[in-house]
Amino acid sequence: MYFAFISTLHLRGCADVLPVLPTHMIARVRALVLPRILRTAIVGALGALAATASLAAQERPAGVSLTMVYSPGKRVAIMVLPVRGAAGDSIKTIIERDLDYSDRFQHVPAIAAPAPNQPLNYALIAQAGAAGVVQGQLLPSGWLRVMLHDVAGKKIMKQDDFPLPTTVNTDGWRLGVHSISDQIEQWITNEKGIAATRIAFTRDDRIWVVDSDGAGARPVTPRGMSPSWHPSGRYIAYHVIDVDRHRLVVTDVVTNAQRSLTNEKGALDNSPAISPDGRSVVFSRSVEATASSTDLFVMPFDGGRPTRISVARGSINGAPSWSIDGRRVAFNSDRSGRSEIYVADADGTNATLLSADAFGERGLRTDPSWSPDGRMLAYASMVGGSMQILTINLRDRTVRQLTSDGNNKSPSWAPDGQHIVFSSNRSGTEQLWIVDVESGRPRQLVRGGSVSRLADWSPRLSNTP
Amino acid sequence: MPRLTRVAVLLLAVPLALGACKKKPVAVTPEPVTPATPANPPSNNPAPVTPVVDEAAVRRAIEAARSALLQTIYFDYDSDELRADSRATLDDKLRVLNANPSARLRIEGHTDERGSDEYNLALGRRRADQAKRYLTDRGLDASRIETMSFGREKPAASGSSEEAWAQNRRGEFQIIAGGAELRAP
Repeated sequence: MYFAFISTLHLRGCADVLPVLPTHMIARVRALVLPRILRTAIVGALGALAATASLAAQERPAGVSLTMVYSPGKRVAIMVLPVRGAAGDSIKTIIERDLDYSDRFQHVPAIAAPAPNQPLNYALIAQAGAAGVVQGQLLPSGWLRVMLHDVAGKKIMKQDDFPLPTTVNTDGWRLGVHSISDQIEQWITNEKGIAATRIAFTRDDRIWVVDSDGAGARPVTPRGMSPSWHPSGRYIAYHVIDVDRHRLVVTDVVTNAQRSLTNEKGALDNSPAISPDGRSVVFSRSVEATASSTDLFVMPFDGGRPTRISVARGSINGAPSWSIDGRRVAFNSDRSGRSEIYVADADGTNATLLSADAFGERGLRTDPSWSPDGRMLAYASMVGGSMQILTINLRDRTVRQLTSDGNNKSPSWAPDGQHIVFSSNRSGTEQLWIVDVESGRPRQLVRGGSVSRLADWSPRLSNTP
Repeated sequence: MPRLTRVAVLLLAVPLALGACKKKPVAVTPEPVTPATPANPPSNNPAPVTPVVDEAAVRRAIEAARSALLQTIYFDYDSDELRADSRATLDDKLRVLNANPSARLRIEGHTDERGSDEYNLALGRRRADQAKRYLTDRGLDASRIETMSFGREKPAASGSSEEAWAQNRRGEFQIIAGGAELRAP
């Protein structure tokens, strides 16, 4: 019922940002998640501070939490203090941005950091409206000590020391800072963030990689499109177009060594997707003899013979996406006329039509992407003459529209199951955007003149280059 | 634009070829927007080349044959069906191919930028395959035609207008063998 409301609103209003949902609705939709995130933090102090909090709450926008208890739809108001030292400004800026991009926090502008070894002025910070404070301190060893303060409880809630590479602003150093942001998010919400991830995408017939905050965009292959990350984060499978064939290649993102997965004259191999266990690759292929058919094939990631798992009989079966348990594959097929979303077992059997007629339009649904919790598929669908990103709940088949502006394609889930990267031409040229599934808040990931598209979100990355 | 230019060039070439060699008209690509008309009846008589024909005329006839082989065909949105103008263009190619048994073609299917990029690769392949089948159904050996697709990846026209999309939904033809010793039909 709530989904229907959103959809109607979008078709009529074409609002870019979905409205922030009424909290009670989110609480109901997400009721199952709540017990998990009820936290140890400040239970004792709650009573004493209730009066202050409710007073302040009237001045804060709805959906902002003034306690360190996170619940979906309620953003914890957080302040990141300035960090002393040469790299301090960069560290503060990156952590502040990561917490903002997580869509789980309300940013509160920082006040001056206290002098070394001086306590925080909790009263002043409470006045500024922050429930939590991140205080970073660069140690002589080069490590960063991070303290998370609970303002209401007037105490340090969590503290840890984190290693950082000595050379500032390298890819590895930024990844190290992102990992700290993810740890802070876990301290508060119990869920690790996705700052320490990267997005692989297609630009100018090359595979590029960019950090989750849009920094460090760089090409990693000489040619190619349609990247798919290996679950280790070490390899990317992708698709290369030659004059007489389309073939699949794997690159090692650390050494840049490349090897062929497929290479057959006349074959049109594309849309590789590496299985969650890293052992198999599913892709779509058409061959010269049956060129009007495009079938799904599976082959070992280490190389070997592809096995056909669909029976196209003249239809197009493509854009496969694995379920998180690796036992099923979602894909698009036009076997019944126009392209629709299907789900089949990993051996191709038991294919069932998933997408139902929605928004009065038949067909042209493509590019399924299976959510990390296994419960949802995101996909692209023609809605009112333009392509939009939708999700379908696999249990009750509720459909929700996440975008309404421009043409939007090729969704890929972040490992937190809360964000989706996709391409959109809403700003003029086709670029990558990220949407927070909960709030509908969009942000542009990459900019620049060239078309950027066909993105794949990496798994969480540890401190590898 | 490119399509119109190409048609214009062909139309200019026709009277020259006709005036000079006094043979049956060489295969001419009809205007793509109109269905095949009886204006250019198909010729089943291979043109015997006589020593007296001047070389320039022969060269022009060969170039006309080459142009017929390379002539692009166009498709409707999300469709792989051959339009009437495309079938007429393929008929011209068939005549040239029948006169040149060593000639081989690669048909490259292309799409506009709309829809899924990966679906478009398959759609382009299907377009190329439809064109191939049209030729092989009329007796051409399948081994003489290869198909490939580039989806939306190699647009002929840039931009996101209806006009650009129409230019980009196409089948292009490359001569991959026998191009050097081409003969006019």
